[in-house]
This record gives sequence, structure tokens and C-alpha cells, in this order.
Amino acid sequence: MSAPSWEKKPILFLLLATATILVGTIVTMVLPFAWVNSEEERIAGITPYAPLELEGRDVYIREGCNNCHTQTVRPLVAEVVRYGDYSRSGEFVYDRPHLWGSRRTGPDLARIGGKYPDAWHFQHMAEPQSIVPRSNMPAYAFLSAQGVDPSGIRRKMEVLGFPFTEEQLDALAGKTEMDALVAYMQKLGRDLPRGEGSTPVAPTELTNPFAGDAAAVAEGALLYTEHCASCHGADQQGGIGPELTDGWDDGDLFSLIYAGVPEGGMPGFSSLGQERVWKIVNYLQSGGR
Amino acid sequence: METPQYNTAIVRSFIHWSLLWGVVAILVGILISFQLIRPELNLPPYLTYGRLRPLHTNAGIFGWAIGTFFALFLYMVQRLCRRPLWSDRLARFQLWFFNATIIVAAVTLLLGYSQSKEYHELEWPVDLMVVVLWVIFSINIIMTVIKRREEQMYVSLWFMLASLVGVAVLFLVNGAAVPVSWFKSYSAFAGTNDANVQWWYGHNAVAMVLTAPPLAVFYYFLPKATGAPIYSHRLSIVAFWSLIFMYLWTGAHHLLWTPIPDWIQTLAMAFSIMLIAPSWGSVVNGYLSMNGQWHQMRENYLVKFLVLGITFYGLQTLQGPLQAVRSFSGFIHYTDWVPGHVHMGTMGWVSLVLFAAIYYLVPRLYGNELYSIPMANLHFWLVLSGQLLYSVSMWIAGVQQAGMWHAMNPDGSLTYSFMETLVEMYPYYWARAFSGIIYVAGVGLFIGNLVLTARKGKAKDVTPVPAGAAS
Ligand code: HEC
Ligand code: HEC
Ligand code: HEM
Ligand code: HEM
Repeated sequence: MSAPSWEKKPILFLLLATATILVGTIVTMVLPFAWVNSEEERIAGITPYAPLELEGRDVYIREGCNNCHTQTVRPLVAEVVRYGDYSRSGEFVYDRPHLWGSRRTGPDLARIGGKYPDAWHFQHMAEPQSIVPRSNMPAYAFLSAQGVDPSGIRRKMEVLGFPFTEEQLDALAGKTEMDALVAYMQKLGRDLPRGEGSTPVAPTELTNPFAGDAAAVAEGALLYTEHCASCHGADQQGGIGPELTDGWDDGDLFSLIYAGVPEGGMPGFSSLGQERVWKIVNYLQSGGR
Repeated sequence: METPQYNTAIVRSFIHWSLLWGVVAILVGILISFQLIRPELNLPPYLTYGRLRPLHTNAGIFGWAIGTFFALFLYMVQRLCRRPLWSDRLARFQLWFFNATIIVAAVTLLLGYSQSKEYHELEWPVDLMVVVLWVIFSINIIMTVIKRREEQMYVSLWFMLASLVGVAVLFLVNGAAVPVSWFKSYSAFAGTNDANVQWWYGHNAVAMVLTAPPLAVFYYFLPKATGAPIYSHRLSIVAFWSLIFMYLWTGAHHLLWTPIPDWIQTLAMAFSIMLIAPSWGSVVNGYLSMNGQWHQMRENYLVKFLVLGITFYGLQTLQGPLQAVRSFSGFIHYTDWVPGHVHMGTMGWVSLVLFAAIYYLVPRLYGNELYSIPMANLHFWLVLSGQLLYSVSMWIAGVQQAGMWHAMNPDGSLTYSFMETLVEMYPYYWARAFSGIIYVAGVGLFIGNLVLTARKGKAKDVTPVPAGAAS
């Protein structure tokens, strides 16, 4: 059998190989530009990054946070309960580059904006283990010592064509990279109305099922340490969140913890489930401190 | 007339440097493995996990894998074309420029200059260095092929030439960016488009760097090691063309369930499954070439590396398509399962084949038989057990993690908080870190063996081109 001519003609071979590679490339990589980021995908309310937020995004890229954190929520049940409403294409039109990531060593951050107060982020970024003791996230305290460069940020805004005002640039004076990073965190997912995913399932009962159960108090104490102590202090003395005082009605306390106070920086804990939230309520109401 | 000479010195130099970068990659891999269990090992600002992980992947892929491919391509192209390199000076310059690029890459990654795209982190000036490097290399290979003295191009040359054009197209498109300063640029694409372009690149970097070149090496060195030819030329043809055709359709299997249009995801899933055929075409061709030679598995340490290597390739190309199925992806995507997959490919398939090729070259580079075959055997068992421990522990970890992430109570609440799932991973992370130490011990033995061989031998810088048929 004599060899086909492409086996003897390198230039012909290179042309054939290139053409072969280009078929799938054109269909799956070039053609999608016609659909993606089109008018139909636009979502009202999605705005470009403000100067400080953009700088924070660049710090995020520089520090490689995307090696541990993703920024896309998939439409899977548990994922929506854990992170919030699933992601849509139109949310990302201002993301150059995208930061979807491929590994979740840490949690997804697509909906982190507004989940915690700024103070939480400052402390967490400086020393994650002070808030989440067994976290493996690195400490980024050095960011507080590094200022931002307003003229560089102006150039970046211009290159990306994002709107900005002189006041915004003037306000950058004295800001640190930590301020920028926290501003970026608070922007993520903030432009969307709180979607269905993050609305807790309405509680089914409002009486404490564990009243007087001593074993449940101990479990509640553990849950408190894991989920609440970072903001309200180990002894409920307050910190990032207020001191927790007595005098609550069981049902009111439950509802507050279950739904949170989103505008006040108190996260909702519906994803823990009613039973565990009741255990926390039970612990707080038992005077456990 | 002067007899033409194969340039062996350049092959040896590339191997030495790529081994150095390989060791760096593995040591950084071990360091980041420990950082995931002991976060105090992060030394900000330069030595944090977020900056070191890209250094690990870049040193592994560009330093160790591509560095060794440079060496082996330059070796194979001369033999398969039965003539010296088109330009020895260009090859020398390439060696120098390769090391300069790797050093600049490492320094800039530690300084945090990054485009953030996986396997394409390097910022635009370093990107340009990579382009220059690839152009120099391609010209030298292509010109040598054009001026060859062997009429037909052997299979290995097809895979080599395809990877030259493939990498060029992928790298240039995905690298498109608008610079804002010397070390900062913004991608030319936005959001979902950017993600789609990135994973078209990312998956085909696997095709054009971690599949086609090691296959070229395999098709050349297996017959060399066993003395028996490749089983079927026709099978090689079919496997080659269908492989390079299908790979390019599959990038979106890294983006299943994301906002990428559904039809792209479905195409990616379908083509990923079809990819089993051409991948296994090469595996079967390799196995059948071993007909009547299986006894060499015991007698010939080279064959062990090659056959285990192609076996991991076979497993890799079954596991990959499985991961590309939507339902399975929904489960294991983002978990530790994926590093298990990755390292069976890199530490198993790619590295085993490269070790074999380097062993084969030893007498030709150092003018001396290998110092110790028992050491080579121990090297084999150490890297094999290190890699298996790595992958198996990560697969178990990934399945457990996925199960916990998705576990829900009857009332629709989550069974586990994120931290409850993370702390369950720490024992597996210890196993992984330990596996890295076993692996690096194996590689240390390998390098020691080479050094001892070189010390006793007399290095040969050139080898006369034989007058007869190509070898
Ligand atoms: C080694 C992996 C790793 C790196 C790198 C990393 N993180 Fe994290 N991150 C984690 C883990 C694990 C958690 C969960 C535990 C915790 O809250 O500390 C976390 C939690 C977070 C949270 C809280 C999320 C939530 O919903 O509670 C934020 C915000 C965050 N990281 C931001 C960042 C930023 C910004 C960077 C880069 C400067 C970064 N992380 C780098 C692993 C990492
Ligand atoms: C990220 C920090 C944070 C965490 C974690 C947190 N809280 Fe809060 N919490 C706050 C803040 C801030 C407020 C004040 C909200 C407002 O503006 O009313 C608050 C308010 C409250 C209040 C109402 C206090 C009052 O006197 O009005 C209660 C009760 C409470 N939290 C309980 C809990 C419990 C129980 C948990 C754990 C399951 C918890 N919190 C976890 C930040 C936090
Ligand atoms: C022997 C020791 C090695 C160790 C201990 C090691 C360790 C690691 C670790 C800890 C990660 C991060 C995983 C995560 O994101 O959770 C990683 C990722 C990676 N490593 Fe290695 N590695 C080793 C060898 C190699 C080699 C030889 C190569 C390449 C030739 C390589 C290529 C990669 C790649 C491509 C990734 C990215 C994986 C992904 O995105 O899922 N590694 N490695
Ligand atoms: C038929 C062949 C293959 C298919 C269909 C395939 C499929 C996949 C899929 C679907 C993923 C994404 C996993 C996830 O994140 O959920 C993946 C990841 C990966 N695969 Fe494969 N694979 C194949 C062969 C290989 C080979 C031979 C290698 C060689 C080393 C390899 C290296 C990688 C790497 C490095 C990643 C990690 C990418 C990242 O997330 O950073 N794959 N593969």
C-alpha cells in the first residue's frame, strides 16, 4: 500500500491539520459570540464596577483568590440553597476576564455581596482563622498596608470604558487595597434582587420543640460557637454584631435568626434547617452563657 | 564532504533544564499541598497559595512537560527525517530563551502579575515571550521536516506538527487582551464569552500539550524499546485524524451547568464521549504492538514505564468522558475529584512516558549504559505508588465532598455547612502531601541515576547520521 500524499507533504499536512482543528473551533468557540452577551441576555440593574470595586477585583486576580473560590452558582438544588440564586449570563457582561474558577476549596462567592457587614470582611481577610478557626484560607493582613493608585485606576476605568466621576476618584485618596477588596466583595451579586434561592422556606411552626431539653442546649451551644460567635462573641457580648440580650419571644427570635436581617448585616440561617435553628434558640433562651 | 551529524548536545541540555523545572514544580506542588492543611505556611505576599498554585501548574506544564517535549521533538525530528536540525544555532537560542521565559514567568507569577485564566496566567509581555519561543521552535521543526531525507512522515511527526499549529492557534486567541500597563491587561472577551474561549483553550491545551506530544513520544519510543513495530498503521491514521478533529468540540465540558448556552454544553458532552474511540485507538494500538513482547514487562524497565503510561492514558480517557456527562459533572465538578483526574494524567501518563524516553536516550547522551537498573526499577515503583496514592485519595475525597455538599434534610435545608465538609478533606490532603513526598523521592532517584551515569561516561555531543534507512 503506498502512503497517501499527506504523509509525504508537510505543508499539505499542516494545512489539513489546521482545517481539521478549525471546524470544532468555529462551531463551539466562534459562533457563540452571536448569542452570548446579546441584547436578550441583558439583565436590568447590572452595573459596571465603580473605581474602588474594580481595583478590588484586580487585587482578587493578583492574589489568585480564584484558585480557591468560584463565582458561578449552578442551577442545582443544594447549590442554590447554599449560595443563592443560580447565575445567569447577563450578570457577567462587565467581567474581563471572567472569574468563574474551577475549584471550590472555599465557598462560591458569586452572591457574597451583602451577606456580611464590612467589619466581618476586614477581620476575616486579615485573619480568617479568627472567625472560622479551621479555615485553610491564607491571611491577607498586608493588604491594609498597601495604598491604591488613583491615576492607575483612572487609566483602568478608561481602558474598560466604565463610567466614573471625579468625586469617585478623589475619594480613593487614603484607601488601601483591603478597602478595595472589601468593596469588591460587597459588589458581588448585589445588583440582582434577592432571588428565590435565598428566600428561606417559610417556617412551619413557631413554638420551641426543644424547650427544657438539656441535651439540646449543649448541641445549641456548639452550633452557636460555630455559626454565631464570630459576630456576637463567645459570650454573646457582641463584636461585629450587637450584644445579644434576653427578653425575646421564642417565635420572634426564631424568625429573626432564620431569615436574618439582610440590610443590617445579619445573615439568615435557613440553610441550617429549622431543627438546628430551634436548637440555637433553645440555647439562647435557656440563659446559656 | 563532512558527514552530517545529529545534534545530541541540545537534546541533553533541554533534558537537564526541564528536569530542574520539573523538580521545582513538584516541590511547589508539595508546598501547596501542605498549605491546604497548614495555612500558616502561607508567607504573604509572595508565597501564598493563590500565587503558588499557578506557579506549580505552569512549572509542571511549561517547564517539565514542554521542556522535555522540546528535547524529545528535537531528537525525534532528526532521526525521523534522517538529517541534522535545520538550524543548530536557532535551537541553542531556543534553549536559552526557554529558560529565560520560565524564570521571568516564575518571578512574575510570584509578584502577582496574572491574567487569572487557568494555564494562561502569564501577563502579556511574558505571553509574547512564549509566542517567540514557540515560533522559533516551530520553524526549526518544520524546516527540518521539509528538508528531510526520508520520504514518508512517521506517525510521531503528525502528532508533533499538529501540536505546533494547535498550540499556536489556542494560545494566540485566548491571550487576546488590552494592556493597561506593563504588567496588567484586561481580556479582550467579557464574561460568558471569556469563559467559553478560556475552556476551549484549557481543554485543548490538554489535547495539544498533554496528549498529542506524549503520543508522539509513545509512538516513537515504544517500538524503539521493544524492537517490535507499531501494530497498525491504518489504526494510527484513523486515531490521529479523529482525535484532532473531535477534541476542539469539547471545551465546554468544563462549564457544564454554567450560563454557557445549552447547545454548546450538549455538543461538548457528546464529543467527549465520542473521544473515547480515537483515544483508545492509540491505547489498543500500543497494547497490540506488545503482542509477543509482554515478557519484556519483566525484563525491560523501559517497557514498564511505557505500558503503564499508556494504561493511565487509557484510564484518563475513560474517566474524562465520564466527567463530561452532565449529571456526573453536577456531582464532582469543583471537588477534589478533579485534581485526582489531573494528576493521573500528569504524574501518570505524561511523566511516565517522559521518564521512559529519557532512559532510552541515556546511552546516546552520556556514552554509557545506565548506572543502575535496580534504581530505575525502584524509581518506577515509587512514582507509581506516589501517583496512585495521590489520585485514589483525591477520588475518594471528591466523592465524599460532593456527597456532603449535596446532602439535604427532608425539610430542604442543608445537612452540612461548608466548613463541616472542608475539615473532612484534611486527612485526604495529608495523604496527598505524603504521596508527593513519595513521588519526589522517586524523581530524586531518577536524577541521581542520571548523574552517576554521566559521571562515568563520556558525553557525546553529536552522532553521525547513518547512511541507511531512517531509525
Ligand atoms: C487556600 C484557599 C483559599 C484562598 C487562596 C482564598 N480563600 Fe477565601 N476561603 C477559603 C475557605 C476554605 C473559606 C471558608 C472558611 C472561611 O470562611 O474562612 C473561605 C472563605 C472566604 C469568604 C467567606 C465566604 C462565605 O460565604 O462565608 C470570603 C469572602 C473569601 N474567602 C474571600 C477570599 C478572597 C478575597 C481571597 C483572595 C484574597 C481568598 N478568599 C483566598 C479558602 C481560600
Ligand atoms: C456576620 C456576622 C453575624 C453572624 C455570623 C450572626 N449575626 Fe446575628 N446579627 C449581626 C448583626 C450585624 C446584627 C444587627 C442587625 C440589625 O441591624 O438589626 C445581628 C442581630 C442579631 C440579633 C438581634 C439582636 C438585637 O438585639 O436586635 C440576634 C438575636 C442575632 N443576631 C442572633 C444571631 C445568631 C443566633 C447567630 C448564629 C446562628 C447570628 N446572629 C449570627 C451579625 C451577625
Ligand atoms: C508530585 C507531586 C505533586 C503534588 C504534591 C501536586 C500537588 C498539587 C496540588 C495541591 C494542586 C492543587 C489542587 C487543588 O486545586 O485543590 C495541584 C494542581 C495541579 N497540578 Fe499538581 N502536584 C504534583 C505534580 C504535578 C505535576 C508533575 C504536574 C504537571 C506536569 C502537575 C500539574 C497540576 C495541574 C495541571 C494542576 C491543576 C489541577 C486543577 O485545576 O484541577 N502536578 N497539584
Ligand atoms: C478523552 C479524553 C478526556 C476527556 C473527555 C477529559 C475530560 C475532562 C473533564 C470533563 C474535565 C473537567 C472536570 C471538572 O472540572 O468537572 C477535565 C479536567 C482536566 N483534565 Fe481531562 N479529560 C480527558 C483526558 C485528559 C488527559 C489525557 C489529560 C492529561 C493530563 C487531562 C487533563 C486534565 C486537566 C489538567 C484538567 C483540569 C482542568 C482544570 O479544571 O483546571 N485530561 N477533563
